Amino acid sequence: DYLSMNSSRCAACKYLRKRCPSECIFSPYFPPNNPQRFACVHRIYGASNIGRMLQQLPVYLRAEAADCLYYEAQCRIENPVYGCVGMISTLHQQIFSAQEQLAKVQAEIALINNAYTQQESSQFQQLDGLLSNLNNF
Amino acid sequence: MKGSETRSSSSCAACKFLKRRCTPNCIFAPYFRSDEPTKFAKVHKVFGASNVSKILSEVPEEQREDAVNSLAYEAEARLRDPVYGCIGAIAMLQKKMVELQHDLTIARARLAHYASSSPLLNDDQAITLPPPIDPSPSSSSSGFPESFLLSQQPIWSDEDLN
Repeated sequence: DYLSMNSSRCAACKYLRKRCPSECIFSPYFPPNNPQRFACVHRIYGASNIGRMLQQLPVYLRAEAADCLYYEAQCRIENPVYGCVGMISTLHQQIFSAQEQLAKVQAEIALINNAYTQQESSQFQQLDGLLSNLNNF
Repeated sequence: MKGSETRSSSSCAACKFLKRRCTPNCIFAPYFRSDEPTKFAKVHKVFGASNVSKILSEVPEEQREDAVNSLAYEAEARLRDPVYGCIGAIAMLQKKMVELQHDLTIARARLAHYASSSPLLNDDQAITLPPPIDPSPSSSSSGFPESFLLSQQPIWSDEDLN
């Protein structure tokens, strides 16, 4: 029933077994149809930390902040040792490897360009010599 | 002069912060030394002492130092960037990775073009291209997006990520 008080509680207040006030800090970001979302962030950060972190942000940034906290909490639950910091390490390694590969390919290109330019310039010198001989003739 | 409670001079940073006695089997003591007070303060501010204690107790002892360091990193990131935290850093690194892949694709194409059209190369001088890199960062099984689309610019700069 849409008007039922019980079903209008957000996932956080349901989890915490308390009344959900109209100005509840959690309710826009933890809807009742996704109880796992709040359970996850609560497990890592705790309700008061989440509430405080959201409260300290302007309203238009809170949704993204809540999403990021949820992703980080999921990472931490899945990987209790490294959490999402594991992704940062992996990305650093991949970037380093890509930079190395790019440098190799660019060095090969430079090598070819260099050799080609030298060959071209010696051909031009030969042509120059030929033309000046013709002029003198 | 004499204090009402005796604090051990080897009280760890966590117990000093929490103003409690540091027991010999304190879970925090090996990882939050008293000469690094801000490390625990930051972790406490973001995660809370009991959550950190719970996370540490679920991790094998030999991995707890890594766990603490990654929690400290995450807490620092969250305090610097209260909206995106670590996700801001991940988004920047993913963006850098996409740019590098783009540059690499173009460079390989150029090299292949030169290799096929250059009169300098004999048949036995074939250029071997380095193998392509795996384009996607190893994502976890929980279905994280391959790239985070943020509506605001994260606080992280290039130097922070190096």
